[in-house]
Amino acid sequence: MALLEVNKLSVSFIQYTSGLRQHEVQTIRDLSLSIHAGEIVAVFGSSGSGKSLLAHAILGILPENARMSGTIHYDGNLLDAYRLLALRGKEIALVPQSVNYLDPLMKVGAQVRSTAVGSDPVAVQRSIFKRYRLKDHVDNLYPFQLSGGMARRVLVATAAVSDARLIIADEPTPGMHSDDVAEALHTFKEMADNGSAVLFITHDIEAALRIADRVVVLYAGTTFEIAAAEDFMGNGERLRHPYTKALWQALPQNEFKPNLGVQPQPNNLPTGCLFAPRCASSTQACKESRPEMRDLRAGSVRCIHAS
Amino acid sequence: MLLEGENIGFRYERNSWLFQNLNISIESGEVVGLRGPSGYGKTTLGQILAGHQMPQEGQVTIDGQALPLKGYHPVQLVFQHPERAVNPRWRIQRVLEEGGKPDSDLLSALGIQKEWLKRSPHELSGGELQRICIARALGNETRFLIADEMTTMLDAITQAQIWQSVLEIARARKLGLLVISHDQHLIKRICGRWISLSEH
Repeated sequence: MALLEVNKLSVSFIQYTSGLRQHEVQTIRDLSLSIHAGEIVAVFGSSGSGKSLLAHAILGILPENARMSGTIHYDGNLLDAYRLLALRGKEIALVPQSVNYLDPLMKVGAQVRSTAVGSDPVAVQRSIFKRYRLKDHVDNLYPFQLSGGMARRVLVATAAVSDARLIIADEPTPGMHSDDVAEALHTFKEMADNGSAVLFITHDIEAALRIADRVVVLYAGTTFEIAAAEDFMGNGERLRHPYTKALWQALPQNEFKPNLGVQPQPNNLPTGCLFAPRCASSTQACKESRPEMRDLRAGSVRCIHAS
Repeated sequence: MLLEGENIGFRYERNSWLFQNLNISIESGEVVGLRGPSGYGKTTLGQILAGHQMPQEGQVTIDGQALPLKGYHPVQLVFQHPERAVNPRWRIQRVLEEGGKPDSDLLSALGIQKEWLKRSPHELSGGELQRICIARALGNETRFLIADEMTTMLDAITQAQIWQSVLEIARARKLGLLVISHDQHLIKRICGRWISLSEH
């Protein structure tokens, strides 16, 4: 049984357009994924694909004007606001996207100690800082005094000192030097080896593939493909969705090939397949209706042409 | 043209130099990569070359002349987070024209759509807003562009789109580029040579 099961999640926002006129914008639709204990699942997608909102929906920290439907199950039971209150920060931990999530008026050493488990939080915090090559004086720095890469390491440390069963890492690596990325990846791998589940939300494809078991690809707020990490190889011939292939081929170490066009805005979506306007192999059928997710070669894909 | 930093020394605190006796030169038409662990001063060096910071030691020159203190700065900087580099209360058009009116060829080369111009910064995606910041930095008098983790926050497709446009523009206008990045694959792909900051 999966530790976390997200089923047909949708998230929409109420916005005021002019005066008191309200307008609902749907930013996530029909998003499903699951993650097992001991597993690392990477979530790929560009900004605006709903990656961070997915993390916030699982943690129940969406803004007030958001409306959510679909279900999220944790450990077999529905994950509702009441259960979240008991689990969040203990069994379920977030590695947030930016240093803005830290308390700006609290020294970072103390912030990391506040989530540490065990009898001696100071020792736990010190040893994890040492591992991330954060010197002693960093304990007494405030978040604004950290460089970008140091801040990232502090954020990863907050999750590493907890004994969470589900870690949601929201873009933990951009701007980190390769040695620090390797150390962060090692931490996540270790947590997974100890039986935790790690949801690794990122656009750093190369880093994620080094540790991920499976990959979920998001586009315009929906799941496009679920693949094994090993499917990302060569020219991407084992990948299922044209978007996933384009993403893979756009990497500088592959072909650095830019696919034309941009991801559609949530208030201006095409009626058919969300990728059809940018897809070289789209047909009339693609423009008419949204494809459903279907199983294909031990993964799944939302494309009628994939084979 | 030659952008040079000679014997640059910089420190934030009294007793610890971030770097000292650092020499760097970039020629027009050249694409140079800058790598190094975080906290070694990559961003600071970029800011010094673009005149955002003054070094305590050494000087930055273009063809032997000191950088101008007023008027259009020939070395322009593009940051990692476009949303923090624009005034959130301005419309895109005003942001774009902050340093002079860009010509329409530049806008089309960067794939900037006309309808974006009436929006607010938060109504554009990260990739769209970064294109605006690049266009703003590429005025006619720009000779050197410093790209500080310019596409780090963007997905691979958007990154490839943006670099393809920027490299084309740089070639056509013989701009010198300094690419600050952690991504060694990106640096190998686009830079003629690269500098590692940890060696200094």
